[in-house]
Amino acid sequence: MSVFKSLVKKETIHILRDRRTMLITILMPVVLLLLFGFAISTEVNDVRVVAVVDRHTDMSRDLLQRFEVNDYFTFLGLADPADVDRILRSGMTDAAVFIRTHGERLVTQIVVDASNTTTARAMTGYIDGVINHSKPDDLVLTQTLYNPRMKSAYNFVPGILGMIFILICAIMTSVSIVREKESGTMNLLLVSPVRPHTIILGKLVPYFILSCVILAIMLIMSYTVLDLPSSPSVISVVLVSLIYIILALSIGLLVSTIVSTQITALIVSAVMFMLPVIMLSGMIFPVGNMPLLLQGVSCIIPARWYVEAMRKLMIQQLDISYISTEITILLSMTVILLALAVAKFKSSTR
Amino acid sequence: MKLRILKALLKKEITLMQRNPLIPKIIIGMPLMVMLILPLVANLDVKDVNVAVVDNDHSSLSRRITADISASPFLTVIDVPLDHSGAIALVEKGDVDVILTVPPHFSRSLAICSGNASVDIEVNGVNATKGMLGGQYVSQSVLSTIKGWREENGVTEPTQPTGILYLYNPTLNFRNYMIPALMVVLLIIICGFLPALNLVSEKETGTIEAMNVTPVPRLLFVLSKLIPFWIVGMIVVTVGMLVGWIVYSLVPAGSIFLIYLAAILFSLVMSGLGVIIANRSASMLQSIFVMFAFIMVFQLMSGLFTPIGSMPGWARTITYAIPPRYFIEIMRAVYLKGAGFADLWFQFLTLVALAVLTLGLSALTYSKRS
Amino acid sequence: MKSNVEKVISVSNLTKRFGSFTAVDHISFDVCRGEIFGFLGANGAGKTTAMRMLCGLSRPTEGNGRVAGCDILTQTEMIKRHIGYMSQKFSLYSELTVDENIRLFSTIYSMTDVQIMEASSRLYAELGMESMRRTRVSDIPVGWRQKLAFATATIHRPDIVFLDEPTGGVDPVTRRKFWEHIYKASSEGMTIFVTTHYLDEAEYCDRVSIMVDGCISALDSPAALKRKYHADTIDEVFRIVASEAKRDE
Repeated sequence: MSVFKSLVKKETIHILRDRRTMLITILMPVVLLLLFGFAISTEVNDVRVVAVVDRHTDMSRDLLQRFEVNDYFTFLGLADPADVDRILRSGMTDAAVFIRTHGERLVTQIVVDASNTTTARAMTGYIDGVINHSKPDDLVLTQTLYNPRMKSAYNFVPGILGMIFILICAIMTSVSIVREKESGTMNLLLVSPVRPHTIILGKLVPYFILSCVILAIMLIMSYTVLDLPSSPSVISVVLVSLIYIILALSIGLLVSTIVSTQITALIVSAVMFMLPVIMLSGMIFPVGNMPLLLQGVSCIIPARWYVEAMRKLMIQQLDISYISTEITILLSMTVILLALAVAKFKSSTR
Repeated sequence: MKLRILKALLKKEITLMQRNPLIPKIIIGMPLMVMLILPLVANLDVKDVNVAVVDNDHSSLSRRITADISASPFLTVIDVPLDHSGAIALVEKGDVDVILTVPPHFSRSLAICSGNASVDIEVNGVNATKGMLGGQYVSQSVLSTIKGWREENGVTEPTQPTGILYLYNPTLNFRNYMIPALMVVLLIIICGFLPALNLVSEKETGTIEAMNVTPVPRLLFVLSKLIPFWIVGMIVVTVGMLVGWIVYSLVPAGSIFLIYLAAILFSLVMSGLGVIIANRSASMLQSIFVMFAFIMVFQLMSGLFTPIGSMPGWARTITYAIPPRYFIEIMRAVYLKGAGFADLWFQFLTLVALAVLTLGLSALTYSKRS
Repeated sequence: MKSNVEKVISVSNLTKRFGSFTAVDHISFDVCRGEIFGFLGANGAGKTTAMRMLCGLSRPTEGNGRVAGCDILTQTEMIKRHIGYMSQKFSLYSELTVDENIRLFSTIYSMTDVQIMEASSRLYAELGMESMRRTRVSDIPVGWRQKLAFATATIHRPDIVFLDEPTGGVDPVTRRKFWEHIYKASSEGMTIFVTTHYLDEAEYCDRVSIMVDGCISALDSPAALKRKYHADTIDEVFRIVASEAKRDE
């Protein structure tokens, strides 16, 4: 036991000594959470518009007035028809509205910068609404289930956690084990009477604790700064996260048994595990939007199941019974990876 | 003389690069992965919105509303459950994004203009973007159905439809928007990340000290580290453009010269940053973590995935300090809008200023003496 | 001895502090042209730090001095033209071949292609490395690496060669042979500045200095030191001098 304690202590000192890395591992998730929570949004809430008017009439003035008072628009003023193309091309405005008075009626045309198709669709919808006076509230009542303030941040919290745990557990762990391999201290430990599994555990426990600290910070922030509604599902959230942390640690251990240099460990972990987490886990890009082949690939990425389970628990506040599939998959992945890693480690120490 | 030394150093870098088991693979594999897979993945376009319609009205109007939603290219009516709780169950299972509930006697109350009648739309907020846009699509579809129905029944005057002209991306293909910008990811890694790693690994193996004790000018040494990556960066941009052309039939509407100019300037900025990080890092792990933090913030704040226009004011101010922002703006504007220098001078000038700044700082932080 | 000869290294009150820790504490000494100068001391006595200051790799906190006629505070890049340096840690590019390493470093010292050709073929012949020219450094045996590192440090025939524990981890036979190369270089007019903790090697030096806790505690020819401390070997001298040490590691 005391051997184990001293191993943990040695590793902890090692982690704490590299202040900058330590700071980044703790600050990065916080910064990401804040950015996702308060800076990043896909909502279109400011449409810059210029108008081209052939004749000033009461009707056209009334329409311009409506653009000016609407909070969703920044009305940039009137433009010369010849200038519209240049203004749009240089990105000074998002859309131009051509207004022609035709007898008693206004004929309008919207010219929109459709480079970004998602925002272009939303913008034309807004502009059309202003032109046609349609007040959707009269006929259509829209409400949101689970995420009443439509914060995308909720959506990203599980993804950030999924990514950070890979960073700490897989990358930091594998690099630290490989560093000992490179410098030869691992051999020193292995020829000592300490049992190999004690050595592994001594390596893994400090990273496990670090991950738990970050999990706690992130959860506290989600429930306070981001106003995520608290509910009994928190216990399930912690449970699922712990499974995922162990899974990520197994990945780190497995990588460290396969590669022999720090830089390979870094690149293998980054390319094989980090990139797929960012791209295919659904943390930013919805899995449903991907081609079927990639949807298939995403099934073997642990983070995908973690993110899905966490969303159901944290945002939909569903019961743990709703995520039995995800838990089963994560657990079996953990068992397989851990068994592989331990087997590899044992065979490599012989 | 200096040229000879630079040539010898360059030869060493290129030989080492070729003999490295990983670098050639990264240089070939990464552009393909980013340019072939990311456009398929990075799709924030909301297209397949699944709708459940709870029809309590059972009128011709409510049936028409359902039919019009089915006919919309972005919306699919998954089910017509009998009651609201059935619809909620579908949402909980994750099968449905939007529930539309038509109340009893909806068409009758609409016909007598009481104004109290309204349909309910409930969106699944788990994915905020999809929920918001999905709700909007359904609402637009319902409104246009009702409008048509009212005009046919003489409740309101027919109005002139508004014409919409989608400029620059007339087929409304989201990939066309992403592909030019994705090259930023490649350049950040190849011109920023890899040279930094390379420098730090020389620190760890001690070879940098062997160099520092020679009279080699430090500028030449750093240049010899960067030039190969600049060349690789330009090759990768070229490959990226070819992939865009061959696979996605996307060619720049504007001048290719401007694209290369922007790529070169951006590479300078990134390599300057990489060298600063390498100079300040003691270990590989440290430099990787710092680089990773930069990459995350760059990707999120540069407008690559989410529009800068949607950010709050303070965040928009921050984006002016994010170099990829300018490169992405140039790439998108040149590729899709055919913008010229006159439209983009601000972005180009800022990149020049940032390049001078980062390269200057990298020279200041690099010292052959400790 | 050789007091009337030109001094190629001359420092006074050289000091290096890292925070509150004084690694090198006001050392002063001279080295004459053509000398083999042994720089002795226990691990952590400050030998490497002192040497790095002389080579322009580390900025002195205090003191001044000249190496090869150049100021160690301001003219470090000039110094580097006149010195060769072999670090404690083997630091050639392991994925380059022997030839590629030699060519790279000699080009940096502004040697012409003809000079490089001549110098390298002479070196390979001397060291018996002809067959290894095209072998990657990572594949050559450890014993040969030290020779190669020494060859790289002297290929441009510097005025002074700094050797930092050149024979660390090498068997006695190879060490002996290595010292033959050092003598050869010295006979060709190069000044040798060598740190070591193998005390038998100190006997090969013209003069030795013994560093204890960042200061130079003794400096003279091996014979004079032995006389002064009434000792039979430098080993004994070292024990007597180093017993004052307070630093461990």
